[in-house]
Amino acid sequence: MTAAEPIRLLLFLVGAATFVGLNAAYLVWVERKGAGRFQRRAGPTEVGYAGLLQPIADAGKLMSKQLIVPPGADRMLFRLAPVMMMPPAIMAFAILPFSEYLVGIDLNVGLIALFAFSSFNVIAVMLAGWSSRNKYGIISAARVVSQNVAYEIPMMLVIITILMLAGTLSLTGIVDQQAGAFWNWNLFALASNPLMPVTFIIFFVCMLSETNRAPFDMAEAESELVAGAYTEYAGMGFGVFFMAEYANIVIGCAIAVILFLGGWHSPVGVFPGVFWFLLKLYFMVFVVIWVRWTFPRTQFYGLLNLSWKILIPISIFTLLLSAVMIKLV
Amino acid sequence: MNPFPASEYIIPLIFLLFAGATIGGALFAVFTKWIIRSVCGLATASVGLAGMFYFLHSPFLAMIQILIYIGAVCITIVFAIMLAEPDEPQDGYGLHSVPWNVGAGIVAVAVFWGVARLGVTGDWPTPAVRVSDGSVEMIGVALLTTQSLALEIVALILLVSILGALAVARKGRHIE
Repeated sequence: MTAAEPIRLLLFLVGAATFVGLNAAYLVWVERKGAGRFQRRAGPTEVGYAGLLQPIADAGKLMSKQLIVPPGADRMLFRLAPVMMMPPAIMAFAILPFSEYLVGIDLNVGLIALFAFSSFNVIAVMLAGWSSRNKYGIISAARVVSQNVAYEIPMMLVIITILMLAGTLSLTGIVDQQAGAFWNWNLFALASNPLMPVTFIIFFVCMLSETNRAPFDMAEAESELVAGAYTEYAGMGFGVFFMAEYANIVIGCAIAVILFLGGWHSPVGVFPGVFWFLLKLYFMVFVVIWVRWTFPRTQFYGLLNLSWKILIPISIFTLLLSAVMIKLV
Repeated sequence: MNPFPASEYIIPLIFLLFAGATIGGALFAVFTKWIIRSVCGLATASVGLAGMFYFLHSPFLAMIQILIYIGAVCITIVFAIMLAEPDEPQDGYGLHSVPWNVGAGIVAVAVFWGVARLGVTGDWPTPAVRVSDGSVEMIGVALLTTQSLALEIVALILLVSILGALAVARKGRHIE
């Protein structure tokens, strides 16, 4: 073991943690500005130029608030839940390939690792809701589980479709197969599956649902459940969940970029690099925010019906279709 | 090359961390009174076990361990608890059944002693040729050649269960 490798990993860890923190802080600003623009108002303007210092003020507020454990709550699980939420989100950044060279560990099972880490998300939110001893929390916990179980299935079917095309679980391997111009991207791999754009839309819907974003934010539907599983969390307890939510959005969009949109490769075949990855990533994040402020929240049975009656049959069909096409071509 | 400071301690430390998580989680799962805390213990033990698999150069098994045990098994258990069990531990639960406790203790010690003895004194021949390195490719080849019947049956069961769920969902729930 030479000196370079542990130092490289340490730097990557610090870099990933910083990236998560800055993303969480400034995506909140982008979200509030975006929401403002969509609703024809200005958004935050007071703190700093165009409200740019607003996230720092928010962070100061959250960190200086008292941490309260409600009486009757399961104290240990209540404290454990935010701890289970954050580290897997940061660990996922060690696997995501930002560019050819900018990747923490190039695991040959990277894709499975990403989904393994994201499975902590569900159990953390569920424990948070359960341990708060709050009826809104428990309703939210029950919702989050049934929602995530329902949307995990079409998500995995879509992933299998992509895997059959790629033939590798390595994220850098999947990106490398999409080199060249944009018609090599998996999104436009119409020769091996004419329904690929549909597959991408299914993936995007499942990603919105897995990250509990509107219009599927059943877990913290504020007009019905106060703040759902996070109702009883004060100060940084809530702050950690909030940061993890934005980290998960970034991870979900990064998976979409890696699997469908060619990762760090340029759409016109020149200058591949981390620049393109970030551009595509933040475009996807913008779409997520756009969707949130455009569509109203669905009803809960509508949500489950969408998954079980529409997304799962279609994704099974596209899976079989691409199996047949791969066999024939 | 000058090694990273204290690099010879990193690997034993990580091993101890994972072993501690496995054993500590298992003990926590057994000794707590709240069943939901037992599930957390199970999850911790699974993370430790996944670390062990990673430690043994099989990241695939490690990730599958996390994906299945935390992503599926633990969540299903907690979901079942939420639907069924009141979360208050009953008074005196497990305290009045001393004969049962003693019997269970004897069985546990006997099993542990047997396994430990087998592990320590048993004859463990190392194969002359390394058959498989547990990589994804080897697992894939094994699944599609020697184990293909089992794979097909599992795939059929999963497909049937998805279709069954779809059939139930499509029909809907009618109050009679």
